[in-house]
Amino acid sequence: MNAKVTVEDVARVAELAHLKLTPDETAHMLTDLNAILDYVAELNELDTAGVAPLAQVSELEEFTSALRPDEVRPSLDRTAVTQQAPESDKVFFKVPKVIER
Amino acid sequence: MAGETHTIESFVEKPKTLAVLREEITERRVRAADAIASYYERIEKKNPHLNIYLSLTKERALEQAARIDALAAKGDPLPPLAGVPVGIKDVLVVKGIPSTAGSKILENYRPPYDATVVTRLEAAGAVLLGKLNCDEFAMGSSNENSAYGPVRNPVDPERVPGGSSGGSAAAVAANLAMATLGTDTGGSIRQPASFCGVVGVLPTYGRVSRYGLIAFASSLDRVGPFAANVRDAASVLGVIAGSDPCDATSSPAPVEDYAAESDKPAAGLRIGVPKEYFAEGLDPEVRAAIEKGIETLKAAGCAIKPISLPHTQYAIPTYYLVATAEASANLARFDGVRYGYRSPKSETLSDMYSHSRDEGFGAEVKRRILLGTYALSAGYYDAYYLKAQQVRRILAEEFLRAFAEVDAIVTPTSPVPAFKLGEKTGDPLAMYLADIYTVTASLAGICGVTVPCGATQVGLPVGMQVLARHFGESTAFRVARAVEAAAL
Repeated sequence: MNAKVTVEDVARVAELAHLKLTPDETAHMLTDLNAILDYVAELNELDTAGVAPLAQVSELEEFTSALRPDEVRPSLDRTAVTQQAPESDKVFFKVPKVIER
Repeated sequence: MAGETHTIESFVEKPKTLAVLREEITERRVRAADAIASYYERIEKKNPHLNIYLSLTKERALEQAARIDALAAKGDPLPPLAGVPVGIKDVLVVKGIPSTAGSKILENYRPPYDATVVTRLEAAGAVLLGKLNCDEFAMGSSNENSAYGPVRNPVDPERVPGGSSGGSAAAVAANLAMATLGTDTGGSIRQPASFCGVVGVLPTYGRVSRYGLIAFASSLDRVGPFAANVRDAASVLGVIAGSDPCDATSSPAPVEDYAAESDKPAAGLRIGVPKEYFAEGLDPEVRAAIEKGIETLKAAGCAIKPISLPHTQYAIPTYYLVATAEASANLARFDGVRYGYRSPKSETLSDMYSHSRDEGFGAEVKRRILLGTYALSAGYYDAYYLKAQQVRRILAEEFLRAFAEVDAIVTPTSPVPAFKLGEKTGDPLAMYLADIYTVTASLAGICGVTVPCGATQVGLPVGMQVLARHFGESTAFRVARAVEAAAL
C-alpha cells in the first residue's frame, strides 16, 4: 500500500477510466494522488484479519428488502429516451465505428 | 444569555412554518399562487448574486399552486405540504427539466422521469420552484466544484455555503424556498446546513428512495430534507420516506410520524458525547457553541455521558476509498452514448468516450474517478478497497456498541464555520479533512440531524450534529428540538 504512484500508473488508470489527461493535468493528478494515498496508508495501522467487509449497510439494519419477481414490466418510453441521445435513429443509439479497419 | 447570542442576518425574514402556511391557505387568507409568486420575486432579486437556483420550474409550480387553491376553494382537506415552495438539488431528476448534477456533461440532459422523492413531495401538495446548484456529481464540501459557479452563503456572501448541497442549504437560509431536498454521501446535507444556519436531515440509509438520484456512491448516498426548523424538516421526511419498488435498497421499515414524535420532550434520553470529536482541529468558537448546546440538553433533563469512538480517525481514509471506488463505477455511464455531452471531435468510439469525459467532467470529478479506479484495479483492490470495507465494519460496529449505552450521540457538525470562497480550493486533501465529523455516520448507515445551536462572534452559524441508530430518526428529532428551543 505504500508504493508511490508513477506517471505510468496515472496513464494506466486514466486509460481504464476512459480519461485522457493533458500533461499538466497528469502532473497535478500525480501530486494529488500521492498525497491522498499517503494519507489513506494510515489504514494499515489497523489489524483487520478476519473482519468481513461491509459493502452494504442494510446488512446491519433490522429489515432487508425482498426482491421482486423476475417478470418483464413496462419501462421508460423509448421515444422519450432516444430523444436524449446525441445521435439516434429513434431505435438505436448511434456512435462512431468501434473498429477502425 | 443576551450578551452571547448573535443574530443570523439571513433570518431577518425567516420563512413561515409549513403548518402556518397550510392553515392560511385552508382558511383562504393566502392564495398558494400568491405565495409562490412572492417566492419567485425574491428569487429574481437574490439569485443573480447568490447563484442558488440553476433552473426554475415556473409553469409546473403555478399549475400546482392553482390545484391547491382549487382544493381550498372547494373546502376540501389539503394535503400535508400544501403550497409549500420547495427546491430540489440538481442531482435529482425532474422530468423535462434540466438535471445537470452541477456538471457540464449533463448540461442539456432532460430526464424522461421524476425521482420518487419529487413525486411524493408533489403528491403531498408541495410546489416545485426549481433545481438547486450543487458541487459537480455531489463531490465537494463547498459548492465550489459546480460547473455553473459557486453558491454564496446568504449569511456572508464572501463565504461558501458548504457542500455538496450548497444550493439546498442556502435556499432555505435566504428564504428562497421553505424546504429543499439535498443529498448526503459524506456530509453533504449536514455540513452545508451547519454553515448556513438551517436544519438538515441525514435519513438512515434505505429510509428514502434513491430512484431518480444521479448516483455518486451507491452504498452511501442518501436523499434528505432541509428546512428552517426541526419540526418542518421532520414533516418533509415523513412525506418522502418509505419503501419504493423502484429502489431495491429502500427499506420496508415503517415510517413514523416524525413531526409528532419530535414534539415529545427529550427528558430522560441518554446523550453520548464522544471525545474524539472534541480534539485538535476543532475551532474554539464552534466548541463553545456545542458545549452550550450540551448544557441545554442537560437542563432539558437528558443524561450526558462521555463516550469514546476510538476508530474515528480512520473514517476519512475509509470514506475516500469506498466513495471514490463506487463513484468510478457509477460515473462510467457518462460516455456520450445515450445522454449528456458527446465530444464532436471523435473518430473512434474509444476517442468519443475519453474526449466526452475529458471535456465534460471537472477536475475534482476526474481526481475521484482516478483515485477510485486505482483503488479497485488489479493488484491494489485488496490493499485499498477491501481494506476500507473491513474498516467500515469496525466503524459501524463501534456505533452499534455505543447505541447500546446511549440513545443519541451529539457532536459538532463541522470543525470550522463557513470558510471564505477560494480558501481551500488549492488543497484537495485539506478539503477532504473537513468532513471528519460527518463521514463516520455515512459509513455506518445511521441517521442524524444537524440543528443550529449558536454562532461565532462574527455571526457565522454553528450546527450541532445529533446522531441516532438505524431508523432512530424520531430520537434524533426529539433531541434536536430541545437544542433548537434554547436557541429561539
